[in-house]
Amino acid sequence: MGFEVLLKGSNLIRLLEGLAVALKISLISVAISIVLGTILGVIMSMDNKVIKGITRVYLEIVRIMPQLVLLFIVYFGATKVMGINISAEASSVIVFSFWGIAEMSDLVRGALKGIPAIQYESGIALGLSPVQTNIYVIIPQVIRRLIPLSINLITRMIKTTSLIMMIGIVEVLKVGQQIIEANRNSSPNAAFGVFLTIFVLYFIACWPISRFSKYLERKWET
Amino acid sequence: MEEILSVKNIRKSYGDITVLDDVSLNVSTGEVVVIVGPSGCGKSTFLRCLNGLEEIQEGQVILDGKVIDTEKDDLFSIRERIGMVFQSYELFPHLSVMQNLLLAPVKVKKRNKKEAEAQAQELLERVGLLSKKDSFPRQLSGGQKQRVAIIRALMMHPEILLLDEITAALDPEMVREVLEVVLDLAKEGRTMIIVTHELAFARAVADRMIFIDGGKIVEEGTPEEFFDDPKTDRLKRFLHSFLYED
Repeated sequence: MGFEVLLKGSNLIRLLEGLAVALKISLISVAISIVLGTILGVIMSMDNKVIKGITRVYLEIVRIMPQLVLLFIVYFGATKVMGINISAEASSVIVFSFWGIAEMSDLVRGALKGIPAIQYESGIALGLSPVQTNIYVIIPQVIRRLIPLSINLITRMIKTTSLIMMIGIVEVLKVGQQIIEANRNSSPNAAFGVFLTIFVLYFIACWPISRFSKYLERKWET
Repeated sequence: MEEILSVKNIRKSYGDITVLDDVSLNVSTGEVVVIVGPSGCGKSTFLRCLNGLEEIQEGQVILDGKVIDTEKDDLFSIRERIGMVFQSYELFPHLSVMQNLLLAPVKVKKRNKKEAEAQAQELLERVGLLSKKDSFPRQLSGGQKQRVAIIRALMMHPEILLLDEITAALDPEMVREVLEVVLDLAKEGRTMIIVTHELAFARAVADRMIFIDGGKIVEEGTPEEFFDDPKTDRLKRFLHSFLYED
């Protein structure tokens, strides 16, 4: 079945190290996306025409452009054209954050817009100050709406890191290919075993996150 | 009777559209004033001007002898004293019934939680919803939500209660359970300004009726005069639109 290659030498450890590289890049990008995306989302919900125009162009670019093309533009393009040397890892973080901030900001804007203005008025009418109304009434509702959506975004970002091997980063998928190549003669079936293992690794990384989201959804549903 | 709220010549407009045009009203302690009028006549806006949810362009709102200045932030203390209940209930969906009731008393009035909870239980009992104290708004019917919204406003010990079409979003069979709570409040002498389309209820609960049309008070009077002997054509036509005769 091709699993035996995993036990050779330090192959399994190498795979896990590869996964760690992928997770590191995705988690840094996720953290940047959540912080900056939230700020941008709040700014977007203020309905300023200029900001609306700019952010719409930004969102459209992110949606239309495949992440791989963005990766190539930043990693190969920027190096040549601007003469700056950005490491592959930094390029990945830039591209994933560029994407994540756009999606996150749109989620935040949607969640904020989804809370009817009269909820705010209802808090005000009870004598709460605007700050208290935001803290106790609006923000908890926004977070509840936001969590399932942003967790979906986080798992998508983790999955999409498999692209970064295209700019030379040795992450889990690349390590897998190397193992398969190195053992082509001794274990011709290694491809199956290795890729299935990688599938399981990605599953282990993403599943708890999506379970956590389900748990919160159920807890808040009552 | 002592005058608690006095509205003097208020004017409110959105751009070129005048919503309230020179409206004045005095309300005494314990009085129940019911405002009726066609949709879009400005009656809801009028209520919203009283607790500063809408800014007024001209005129004054005087509460207990003190002119409310919307520029200053004494609006918060005003809103504690003037409670409001909305058509769409606006309970906070992420909080349980009890948490909805306690939020403002504990955070704004800094009341002791135990003591506020005791009052909340008492009020819930009174409107027949004590068993729902740990439920969340989505688990309640419209009529139950509106009863909770009413006592949520009462928790702040308001001197005046504004009710803005509180039965307009309810199924017909739930209207009564809500209006009975309001009748009960009227009986105990609470000062209320009520906007409603339920004319039979208006007649039962009102000390004074007011008809607003086109942003102006067109006619006012006791319920008897108002319904049985309307003076203006506009009110006659309005009242007639509620009748079904052969």
